[in-house]
Amino acid sequence: MQRAGFAGGTKGINVKLIIATIKPFKLEEVREALTEAGVRGMMVTEIKGFGSQSGHTEIYRGAEYAVNFVPKIKLEIVVAANMVDQVIETIATTAKTGKIGDGKIFVLDVQQAVRVRTGETNEDAI
Amino acid sequence: MNLMKSLIPAAAICAVPQLGLAQEATGEAAQHTQYIFTTLLFLMAGFLVFFMAAGFAMLEGGLVRSKNVAMQMIKNVALFSIAAIMYWLIGFNTMYPGDFNGFFAIGGPTVLDPVGVDPAEAALDYASIGSDFFFQLVFVAATASIVSGAVAERIKLFPFLIFVVVLTGILYPISGSWQWGGGWLSEAGFSDFAGSTVVHSVGGWAALAGVIVLGPRIGKYKDGKVHPMPGSNLALATLGTFILWLGWFGFNGGSQLAMGTVGDVTDVSRIFANTNMAAASGAVTALILTQLLYKKPDLTMVLNGALAGLVSITAEPLAPTLFGALWIGAVGGIIVVLAIPMLDKFKLDDVVGAIPVHLFAGIWGTIAVIFYGEASLITQLTGIVAYGVFTFVGALILWSILKAIVGIRVSEEDEINGLDMAELGMEAYPEFSKG
Repeated sequence: MQRAGFAGGTKGINVKLIIATIKPFKLEEVREALTEAGVRGMMVTEIKGFGSQSGHTEIYRGAEYAVNFVPKIKLEIVVAANMVDQVIETIATTAKTGKIGDGKIFVLDVQQAVRVRTGETNEDAI
Repeated sequence: MNLMKSLIPAAAICAVPQLGLAQEATGEAAQHTQYIFTTLLFLMAGFLVFFMAAGFAMLEGGLVRSKNVAMQMIKNVALFSIAAIMYWLIGFNTMYPGDFNGFFAIGGPTVLDPVGVDPAEAALDYASIGSDFFFQLVFVAATASIVSGAVAERIKLFPFLIFVVVLTGILYPISGSWQWGGGWLSEAGFSDFAGSTVVHSVGGWAALAGVIVLGPRIGKYKDGKVHPMPGSNLALATLGTFILWLGWFGFNGGSQLAMGTVGDVTDVSRIFANTNMAAASGAVTALILTQLLYKKPDLTMVLNGALAGLVSITAEPLAPTLFGALWIGAVGGIIVVLAIPMLDKFKLDDVVGAIPVHLFAGIWGTIAVIFYGEASLITQLTGIVAYGVFTFVGALILWSILKAIVGIRVSEEDEINGLDMAELGMEAYPEFSKG
């Protein structure tokens, strides 16, 4: 692997960003499984959203109302390309309940990664 | 509360030998003891009912959205304080005028017993004026609190408080005098022990008139559908309900109006047990019914169910057996669960369920007197209609006048931003985002 400084490597094709939405109660289980799989960091955000089910309904004081946005957890994980399949597999199996609303996983290319403290880049920065 | 003050001496003299308790009422010491215990009952029941002001505040604060909580709190503390002043100024002596035509008498300010009253000057067969006045004034405050919850989240502060001035100083005391002041309904044999009609329905009618004149909250009824606006804090609403439940022991128990004999103190304890039973059965009924109707129990309706049970037993908490209190309270619970969606169908936006709880369960409780107490259905219905017409029409006129002269509703922008910032310039929860 090429070790690039600031001036060089903007190639970065060997680093991927995995965005996954999961059910909030699965967060701890997914975190443990990913840590075991060798993932050394992740970004976690509490979000709301809807997918193909378009939310659900609840009843308050006898009147039905739509919950258009369902609470979810968004994970953002940056890993070396060779780990991507394993991370996807881990999230997909751990976060799965088989019921509607289990979430989605997206994989994107990362153009560049830098560790602020040391200036390391790309895979070394992860 | 079913006897006028001036009738008490005569009633006590007649009643005591009939009860076979003559030995308890003879002698100066025994008389003093009766006076002391009845006064103590009024003071203790009075501070229990006083605490219901906190119960109403917490219940309403929990069921409104967070942007309106501070406004709801200022309404509650202000209405209680106004009620206290108005009841001193004219309310108490309007409600208990002594001998009057049975319909209408405006009284002057209340005067207390002198300091260190001589027993010869005291109402030894009843209780001290101060305790009686205090006990009665906390009831009128409850009536005003009922209105506060129904009209929440869109009413302007000062027009609401002007309404409270008239309600607590004039409307409630005049209609109250018909029954508890020894007026025409009491003569007719109407029976309302602690005020299912006199207190709760009156508050409910005034609230209904307010809700009609005021209109629903923006966005509550849109495109033919009801859009729920969940309350900000159901823990506070639950605390408020438990405080009201506690206060009700004073509300109903104190309305025995006497604790100087074995019979009276035992009756007070009967009332405590029945009051508790009705609340419990109202809550359980609402719990089961909402589970059956909606597949999940609705906490806010369970809270309303407990209160509806309490209102239902208030017209006759003494005579029923515990089983009687159970089914009377249960019917109250059913009424409230069915009435809340019904009001929504008519686009009557009652934020906390005050109208189903206090008006509908109040009417039911007043009718239910015929099953255990001594009252005829016709007389009970007469009383219900008389209080309904007087209070509803009176309140409707008053709300309409206020609407025409000063306006009773905040602007659309203020309502959406929340009354806390618009009316008070402060928020109950400044560290939360806009709700």
